[in-house]
Amino acid sequence: MTVKTEQLLDVSDLVVRYHTPGKPAFTAVNGVSFSVERGETVGLVGESGCGKSTIAKALSGMVKPASGELRFHGEAISPLTFRRRSLTQSRLQMVFQDPYNSLNPRRSVGAQIADGIRLATSGDVQTPQDWLERVGLHASDASKYPHQFSGGQRQRVAIARALAAQPLLLIGDEPISALDASLQSQIAELMRELALEANSGMLFISHDLAVVRSIADRILVMRRGEIVESGPTEQVWNDPQHPYTRLLLSSIPLPDGLGRLPGLPESELEV
Amino acid sequence: MTAASSIESPSESRATGLEIRDLSVVLPAKRKDPSPKVLLDGVSLSLRPGIISGVAGESGSGKTMTGLAVMGLLPAGARASGEVSFGGQNLLDLPTGSLNRLRGRDIAMIFQDPSTSLHPMLRVGVQITDHMRTHLDVSRAEAHERAVKLLERVRIPEPVEALRKYPHQFSGGMRQRIAIAVALACEPSVIIADEPTTALDVTVQAGVLRLLRGLCDDLGLAVMLVTHDLGVMSAIADEVTVMRYGSVVEHGPRFDVLTRPSHDYTRELIAALPGNKLDDSGSTS
Repeated sequence: MTVKTEQLLDVSDLVVRYHTPGKPAFTAVNGVSFSVERGETVGLVGESGCGKSTIAKALSGMVKPASGELRFHGEAISPLTFRRRSLTQSRLQMVFQDPYNSLNPRRSVGAQIADGIRLATSGDVQTPQDWLERVGLHASDASKYPHQFSGGQRQRVAIARALAAQPLLLIGDEPISALDASLQSQIAELMRELALEANSGMLFISHDLAVVRSIADRILVMRRGEIVESGPTEQVWNDPQHPYTRLLLSSIPLPDGLGRLPGLPESELEV
Repeated sequence: MTAASSIESPSESRATGLEIRDLSVVLPAKRKDPSPKVLLDGVSLSLRPGIISGVAGESGSGKTMTGLAVMGLLPAGARASGEVSFGGQNLLDLPTGSLNRLRGRDIAMIFQDPSTSLHPMLRVGVQITDHMRTHLDVSRAEAHERAVKLLERVRIPEPVEALRKYPHQFSGGMRQRIAIAVALACEPSVIIADEPTTALDVTVQAGVLRLLRGLCDDLGLAVMLVTHDLGVMSAIADEVTVMRYGSVVEHGPRFDVLTRPSHDYTRELIAALPGNKLDDSGSTS
């Protein structure tokens, strides 16, 4: 199999529609194209309802695209079925928003991390204890259950579980929004650090632009199912081209103590 | 001055503010959990007309509890000591009946999530006028007229039509504006806003923050703004109180607290913001 060494994920012209009986189909994602390379962190930002989580779902096979092509590591991504998914696709791992729901409450966290380790392909044997230490928890935590951890610790467990599978691509779908503010950038940095260490790619989906700015190499800005702007993080941040990106950036209140009101006065009208 | 027009300006006599002095709240020991839990420990805070007083801290720091204690909405069994003085009375000593006459009328609350704080099965108009009809001596027609004015104030387009709609027919930002209108219905002098923009997108948040600042300035409201977001704090708060483990660790003017924090915990909160780095070990990129 010939695989381009750099390109990990290639999304071209992705369209996802949701069908509700008695209503016209809703196009959540409308012709989105982007790629993620090894060792790169791509931030996908946008407001609620813009379709960013739908992209994560399509990438993990949880929704079936209406059209478009999703290729991961040279292989087309197929929707999840009852069959075992291909080994290639297990190298795409997700960290979800809510660590209260994404971990199994009835199994020890060690056993759940061990599930991830079984998918790993490299030779060196890792143990759940190793992974717990790498995400900043204690080896002795392996026998504990999710409810014995705080929200931030649980998200660390979820990250350990995902990374134990040695993913080529780590997808975080709002992985920090359920956490306390003081933990958010810490956890985001941890994800980036560990993904970089493994030379994996990361797609970091978030509505929090400030956090995305601090960890992403490139930013994709989404609105109403379309990517309106993309580019290197600092370029998008310092010189936004699209009016929506400008509105988004000017709306972020900065903790500078100056008492500046965020947003544009006109934006009140289109809320 | 007619009832409808008094929404536009504060009446002098009610511009008093509220003073919290040495407020402590303790949950008594239970059989399962034999040590009493201290929720608040000697909190002092003053809310003055025209001033937005921000309270910051992580979850569990007691910032929401302080707001709830002012409203007399403490968890069952909790005992409060200290003083919450408003209009010459200590709210902690008031019987429920007298407290009910104050709550919603002189002191109102805005909650985090407008989709749960508004009643889903009542029309917006009913939710605003109900309040006025309970607390104030106004006729149905007067109440309606005032409700229209209020919705104009919080910039809901087509206010007359909006009064006939249900909360689910509005977007999140519009719903929070309606919740603000409900809070303002009886011209309170004190507003407790608990994470009023946390559930909103940034662009929508910007609009609501502008609205809150404007209302505070125009109506001379004394606002307590509870938020974990130091950006929000910086945008509209005049002074900032930082809480941790149920106590106040730092208090001062916005600019000083956010740029020259004197307490280590405040420094940690600021260092934890994205893009900032802790000086010692911890996070590196």
